[in-house]
Amino acid sequence: MNKLKTFGLGLLISLFLTISSNAESIKIGTEGAYPPWNNTDASGKLVGFEIELGNELCKIIKQECTFVPQDWDGMIPALLMRKFDVIMAGMSITPERQKTITFSQGYATEPATLAVMKGSSLESMNTPDAINLNRSGSDVKKTLKTITESLAGKTVCTQTGTIHQNFLESGDVGKVNVRTYKTQDEVNLDLTSGRCDVALAAKASFVEFAEASGKAVVTVGPNLAGGAFGDGVGVGIRQGGDDTIGKRDAKLLKDFNKAIDKARKDGTISKLAIKWFGDDVSM
Amino acid sequence: MDFDLMITSLPKLLSAAVITLKLLSASLIIGLFIGFLFAVLRLNKNPFISKFAYGYSYLFRGTPLLVQIFIIYYGLGQIEWLRSTFLWVILKEPYWCAIIAFALNTGAYTSEILRSAFQTIKPGIIEAGKSLGISSKIILYKIQIPVAIRQSLPAYGNEIILMMKGTSLASTVTLMDITGVAKHIVSTTYKPLEVFLLAGGIYLFMTFIIHNVIKYLEKKYSFQ
Repeated sequence: MNKLKTFGLGLLISLFLTISSNAESIKIGTEGAYPPWNNTDASGKLVGFEIELGNELCKIIKQECTFVPQDWDGMIPALLMRKFDVIMAGMSITPERQKTITFSQGYATEPATLAVMKGSSLESMNTPDAINLNRSGSDVKKTLKTITESLAGKTVCTQTGTIHQNFLESGDVGKVNVRTYKTQDEVNLDLTSGRCDVALAAKASFVEFAEASGKAVVTVGPNLAGGAFGDGVGVGIRQGGDDTIGKRDAKLLKDFNKAIDKARKDGTISKLAIKWFGDDVSM
Repeated sequence: MDFDLMITSLPKLLSAAVITLKLLSASLIIGLFIGFLFAVLRLNKNPFISKFAYGYSYLFRGTPLLVQIFIIYYGLGQIEWLRSTFLWVILKEPYWCAIIAFALNTGAYTSEILRSAFQTIKPGIIEAGKSLGISSKIILYKIQIPVAIRQSLPAYGNEIILMMKGTSLASTVTLMDITGVAKHIVSTTYKPLEVFLLAGGIYLFMTFIIHNVIKYLEKKYSFQ
């Protein structure tokens, strides 16, 4: 009986310690499968631009931070269920997501692009280098028309629940045969296997994959931004409220906005962006 | 609870149930053939043939269905020379990859169910037939197989229900079955509780139907 009591007490104490230690730190949810934004290395450790930036921001806020890995398709529900406090997962700020959660100011932005295997007929697609869907000039319309024609009858693959899926289903490029995957890794696999004729994702993820795998993946068409692609990547936070946690969420939003301001001014974001993207994608 | 979302999601999920039922029926039919074949091979007196059949069932019952789907879909897709063969016409389609995986999996379980049903037939029944001068071929077709099928009904009913639930893994290879469509709706509404409750309800209803059909068959073909 005594042993049982000791065991129970030990369990209670350890439970209490876990809860109290968790209350201290900010928990950041990330996917760990979207390089170079965030990734998991061979030993299972989270690495990437957002992991380092998150730690820098937490240093400025003067709070301890821990990263929590979470599958992409459950990211926003997990935030709402308070499995973590904020999201840093290459998540773009879009009006659709803002109906459910709130975002800090953007810290980085990166264009989306189409990619094919070398030898695809889409390689000859003739478009400008970049278009911004927020501007409705004739060149934007013309480019969208070119993309629509190129994608007709093709299987277009993308990760589920992303701005890229939104764009393909927005009607901007007509009715597209979209196939969605749980992770970007799977999109890349099926692009190389030939099940996908063309894929859409952040440009860096294709470049990174081509380098890492040695496969002949090439990006085609314009760099896409604006419109369904949102306004850059920010920290996702629960919408504040009047209860204790709601107030803490509102404070987190303020803290992260201030911290991003500071990190931008002292060049921290740019420095990390160049380190991970080879290009200054900070904003 | 967002009941409006549940009402608007229901027709989408129901039309996805058609895909689920297609996957289920195709894999069950193919799986039944595989099951019969391997049950017969298992009962063969040649040790090599029966060991081979045992190996098949051991392999597919001993590994997770999800892993089998991933090997067939993503794994085989990475083998370059395979992509230039006629096999690629089938393997290129996620639909067929899922059916192949499901059929091989349920085939392994079905072969075990049928084998054990054959082996539990009381020797007295066969001896009774022999003493009446019935040829062993007719004993097999008219006595052993019908009795074995009847014996295996409850276990096979369970297998159908397990397989029906297993088809939800088709969503991992981009198929838009009930689970796939549910995930798609959640990815834009962020309301997993409502949508997955509804999806679960549809699966439960399908289980209810299958369960009752099997129960009816068991009664109809009861020994009493």
